[in-house]
Amino acid sequence: MALVLLDGLAVAATAFALVWVIFFTPREAVMGDVQKVFYFHVSAAWVGMLGFLLAFISGIRFLRSRNADRDASGLAGVEIGFVFTLLAIVSGSIWARPIWNTWWTWEPRLTTAFVMLLVYAAYFILRSSVDEWEKKRRYSAIFAIIAFASVPFTFISIRLFRTIHPVLFGSGSGGDVFQMTPRMLFAFGLSLAAFTILFTALYWHRCLLARDQENARIEESRLQWEEEK
Amino acid sequence: MTPDTTSYMIAGFAVIFGGVILYAASLFWRSKRLK
Repeated sequence: MALVLLDGLAVAATAFALVWVIFFTPREAVMGDVQKVFYFHVSAAWVGMLGFLLAFISGIRFLRSRNADRDASGLAGVEIGFVFTLLAIVSGSIWARPIWNTWWTWEPRLTTAFVMLLVYAAYFILRSSVDEWEKKRRYSAIFAIIAFASVPFTFISIRLFRTIHPVLFGSGSGGDVFQMTPRMLFAFGLSLAAFTILFTALYWHRCLLARDQENARIEESRLQWEEEK
Repeated sequence: MTPDTTSYMIAGFAVIFGGVILYAASLFWRSKRLK
């Protein structure tokens, strides 16, 4: 019941944020309408990093407890983090086309985000290449902990290196700093909140799916064992 | 003069929300397949 309510809240909040951004948020004077992609581009990047953070925490908790649920929550975090990071990169590329006059450039933020995505892609390759479940879980937990180093590095890359990527808060090293009006700030807060709720709902569903997959796997091995007997 | 970049905005939104819907559908589909 709580999950159904959360699903409804996630859909309503996301739809509300989308309508608000399209119809009630001012058009940025220099970039035009494409700047509105920013609200969901940053929100997607935020929940992507949130997913990787949860995988990092789950990795530590798994190594301490060896509880399969911690492995499931780690997998859920990486999977959702991967999807949202990919969406942030692709939407950023679409935003870049009319503003930078190119779909892609190897500047520090784009490069570190792309490397981070590749690092987490390796997580799935690692998981699928190990057959024994105890090893699979242990290796995945260790990998999720180490891979997390790429997340803060990606976040601070625009402050460490010269870049053309805009800096949202504080000052960067060459990139533009966004000056948002109060209405833009409200839309930004709204889209961040909506995507955080959406992430919570998806994460919950993914953890439940992982539990069901685990139960199905145990049942399958039990049946196989009984057949062999 | 503000440039007309509406088509890029629509494409950006389509990618983000299309991706979210596809991922949610994949969760639903995988869950259904197990049952």
